[in-house]
Amino acid sequence: MSLSFKSLGFLLPLVVFLALAGFLLKGLWLDPREIPSPLIDKPAPEFRLESLENPGRQIDRKDMLGKVWLLNAWASWCVACREEHPVLVEFARSATIPIVGLNYKDTRVDGMRWLAQFGNPYVTSLYDEAGRVGIDFGVYAVPETFLIDKQGVVRFKQIGPVTPELLHEKILPLIQRLNA
Amino acid sequence: MDDSMRVTRGHGLRLRDAARALAAVLLLAAVATGAMPSVATAREAPEVGSDPAAERHMMQLASELRCLQCQNQTLADSNAPLAVDLRQEIRELLAKGQTDAQVKEYLVARYGDFVLYRPPLKSNTLFLWFGPALVLLAGLAALFLTLKRRLARLEAAQSNQELSDAESQRAQRLLEKEAEEGSLS
Repeated sequence: MSLSFKSLGFLLPLVVFLALAGFLLKGLWLDPREIPSPLIDKPAPEFRLESLENPGRQIDRKDMLGKVWLLNAWASWCVACREEHPVLVEFARSATIPIVGLNYKDTRVDGMRWLAQFGNPYVTSLYDEAGRVGIDFGVYAVPETFLIDKQGVVRFKQIGPVTPELLHEKILPLIQRLNA
Repeated sequence: MDDSMRVTRGHGLRLRDAARALAAVLLLAAVATGAMPSVATAREAPEVGSDPAAERHMMQLASELRCLQCQNQTLADSNAPLAVDLRQEIRELLAKGQTDAQVKEYLVARYGDFVLYRPPLKSNTLFLWFGPALVLLAGLAALFLTLKRRLARLEAAQSNQELSDAESQRAQRLLEKEAEEGSLS
């Protein structure tokens, strides 16, 4: 036993190398831009903002309690949002749950023009001109999307555009589970 | 006898060289970690704060926090819109009398531990904190064992070379006998 262990000792550096290479290989498939949100499974932060379309109307966190909903941070200046937008418009058509927009660091004029041009999948958009609510939600790169349950708890966060695959493989099953 | 002496001396030299090289590496490592910049100096962003001392305090705190939009910059260095906003946020929190720890907590609650340039000591960061030291210790242990084994082998070889008087006389006799037999045949 000790003899065979000794004679295989020369393989040790190879084993160490392979382990290291394995970790590095895994690292190739990790996206450093995807930072796990500390908000998952925690109550969504409080917010109270004016609606983008309807400046007099205030919307706060309590208004959304009792339903499963998506919060989608977007901006007219955001290029990736254009890529994502048709997916959301399509999703809103089937309308299983409300999508609320978080119009992040934008101007009303630009935001409204953008919605008129590309379609409006949102029941309403929160107008976060200063980006304060964005900070509370830990938004650091639009688009970002949060799935929030009936109790107002954040269940899922997508950083970057929502894709049809993500919608069907992850978000829809999760919505079904949360609505059950 | 001379040969064996040379072997011993050569061996001692190699050991000493290895020790010296190791010391140099350790020194370099210490210098490198000690000389790591802890406070960022670049400050291009326009400063909004009016009180220079408060501004300095804010920038020092911001230099320990990561900008999430441009991940290899601190909040102090970065001109990304989010970094500018967060600096303003830190400024206001500090003005309200919050401590550095409270400000960090505020940011960690929103962005996670990733905003901290110094990761906290937690169960899932144990390897991060102590892994390098463990690897270093393992390396030193391997080096020590290898050198020890080599020393033992050399000593064994050396003692094999040294013949006692009786042995050398016997060897001499054998050689002479062989030479005689060789000349006979």
